Amino acid sequence: MNGPLDLALSPGASGPLSSQSAPVVALVGNPNCGKTALFNALTGSRQKVANYPGVTVEKKTGQLTTPGGRAIRIVDLPGTYSLRARSPDEEITRDVVLGRLSSDVTPDLIVCVADASNLRLALRLVLELKRVGRPVLLSLNMMDIARKRGIDIDVEKLSLALGLPVVSSVAVRRGGTDGLLAELDRVLGRDVAHQPSDWHAPDARELRGTQREADRLLRLVLRNEGRLDPGTAKADAILLHPVAGIVILLAILFVMFQAVFAWARPLMDLISDGFTWFGALVGSAPLPEVLRSFLKDGVIAGVGSVVVFLPQIIILFFFILLLEDLGYMARAAFLMDKIMGGAGLHGRAFIPLLSSFACAIPGIMATRVIDDRRDRLTTILVAPLMTCSARIPVYTLIISAFIPDREVWGFVGLQGLVMFGLYACGILGALTVSFVVKRLFWQTTSGEPFMLELPDYKIPQAKSLALGIWARALAFLKRAGTTILSMMILIWVLASFPTPPEGATEPAIDYSFAATIGHAIEPVTKPLGFNWQINVALIPGMAAREVAVGALGTIYAIDAGKEEAEKIGQVLTGQWSLATALALLAWYIFAPQCASTLAVIRRETGGWKWMAVTFFYMLALAYAAALLVFQVATALGAG
Amino acid sequence: MPDQTIFRHRTIALGDAPVGYRGQIVALDMNGASDAGLPGSELERRLIELGFVEGAQVELLHQGLFGGDPIAVRVAASTIALRRREAKAVLVSIGEGVP
Repeated sequence: MNGPLDLALSPGASGPLSSQSAPVVALVGNPNCGKTALFNALTGSRQKVANYPGVTVEKKTGQLTTPGGRAIRIVDLPGTYSLRARSPDEEITRDVVLGRLSSDVTPDLIVCVADASNLRLALRLVLELKRVGRPVLLSLNMMDIARKRGIDIDVEKLSLALGLPVVSSVAVRRGGTDGLLAELDRVLGRDVAHQPSDWHAPDARELRGTQREADRLLRLVLRNEGRLDPGTAKADAILLHPVAGIVILLAILFVMFQAVFAWARPLMDLISDGFTWFGALVGSAPLPEVLRSFLKDGVIAGVGSVVVFLPQIIILFFFILLLEDLGYMARAAFLMDKIMGGAGLHGRAFIPLLSSFACAIPGIMATRVIDDRRDRLTTILVAPLMTCSARIPVYTLIISAFIPDREVWGFVGLQGLVMFGLYACGILGALTVSFVVKRLFWQTTSGEPFMLELPDYKIPQAKSLALGIWARALAFLKRAGTTILSMMILIWVLASFPTPPEGATEPAIDYSFAATIGHAIEPVTKPLGFNWQINVALIPGMAAREVAVGALGTIYAIDAGKEEAEKIGQVLTGQWSLATALALLAWYIFAPQCASTLAVIRRETGGWKWMAVTFFYMLALAYAAALLVFQVATALGAG
Repeated sequence: MPDQTIFRHRTIALGDAPVGYRGQIVALDMNGASDAGLPGSELERRLIELGFVEGAQVELLHQGLFGGDPIAVRVAASTIALRRREAKAVLVSIGEGVP
């Protein structure tokens, strides 16, 4: 990024900073210390979110010019209690602080951000950071809240005792970072030689010693300790109540689910209609047929299929970031831990899995709230088993065509019951898979302990929320766009080539690679009751599950129109047996029938391996389920 | 790790304490949490990093619906959520709220 000048800042280098190269300042602090709010206050919109190479940890960097005219690069590091890294996120923090990563993030100054109302654990971290040998500055953040709670810190005495510059800051108030900025100018203006690091991973005895030292400092500088935040205590009496807490959590989740599901609909329809209109426009352009089809069915439909998820992602992340900023997310994990733990999942897996009912893509992106890598991978593996909204058109089509519309036990509609059963199968499947993964792959029965801080409730800042949503929306479009688009184009090629011969009577797709594949795998799918037409429809169905409905219409040569789905249903009733229809439903519960999801898994796990694992285990489950259903149904006379 | 069984008769494990318990941390004894999800040395370090150090004031604030698990504990100036299984490693003084 900074070109050859980076060499001057290579790890361990000492001496004056090059005037042309912007010094790097790293923000380090405990989780929930208001570090991100401070980062946002310092950099505003001049920030970008990327990934550290090879890992899925977010790399947040930003630019800033101090009042003294100094250009600075700021790196916001994942929150941690210690440099003794225990998760990929914390490893990044450790490696950046120690200067082990690329030189564009090697810090010239470490700013340790501490929640002024909760100084105890932060002081231990500061003492640890002092051993790294780089200049350290302590910023006591959220000073306003601390003062309101009656906490009185002697900043000068603390600075003297620590031997470090200490400033106070209020990230969320205009001018609240002036003191910090002035100090940055002062510290970076000095020619400070780096000391060699004498940091090593501390053992329990050393940690205990450092915490005792921190406690001693705390007694020295704290003129008034303050009490547990009364607002938080009152709120927790209800929100963490064993029964009321769970009821409220479910209500919040219901609203969230409803929002992702329903509020996004009009926007998604608008985007979808926009792309259809644009596609039709290109479709009528005076271009060669192949190019026209490529642009319309390949590129525009492909881009459209990605962009259409954007409203859901924005709404979901609005809720996630809001709950996170409020301090409620840790409480949700607390309330759900026991229930999720039974299936080998972490309490924090609840929100991503719930989101996956709308769409697995935002759900998988939301697994970032899970710190432990194994817990996160397990959640990513099972998220696509949750019944997403794209399965609904397929389920509706088959159910309305094959399941009689009558009531059972006098009051329950049979069709609705089957729909419910499909959802239940997905959930049971996900819980079973996570249970097996935990026992078989990770070979642990207990797993990572559930230990996390419940921060005081805070009022979220609109600016912080907006920046967070913006960063994620952008990341989604960039990350998913490239991979998904290339898969869409591949699927288009399969469904469009070779083109039908002169005077062909059958639909064009019957002559394509997709049809060849459909015929070729017919022996494999015969035990499932799938004919070659179903096989062919499943291939464009990889683009998005609901596309299979339209594809079936094309294959059975049904004119597209308003009642397309209804007509397809009528034709299918004549063409398929009940056993085939049920087997296809069973297939759709489990099958890895969505290229976009697979692409996002690849991006989020940083490689093809977990995408392949997901694809094949889901394929195996789908095959087994469809086989079982078809054979049993046939034996019972539904063949 | 020194043999800390001598503390057992004057202390209870935080993992066995009821909601409303208040007292002081007397010792960390990893033998008490043999079914924890981590080896003892790692569990001990994590507990210390979250502020569970001898002498710290603790109060058991909340517990979950099923089996009273997990628990939310006030440790000095922060609130930490953890499972009773791991909290068994924290020996606390017999204080208020214990019958």
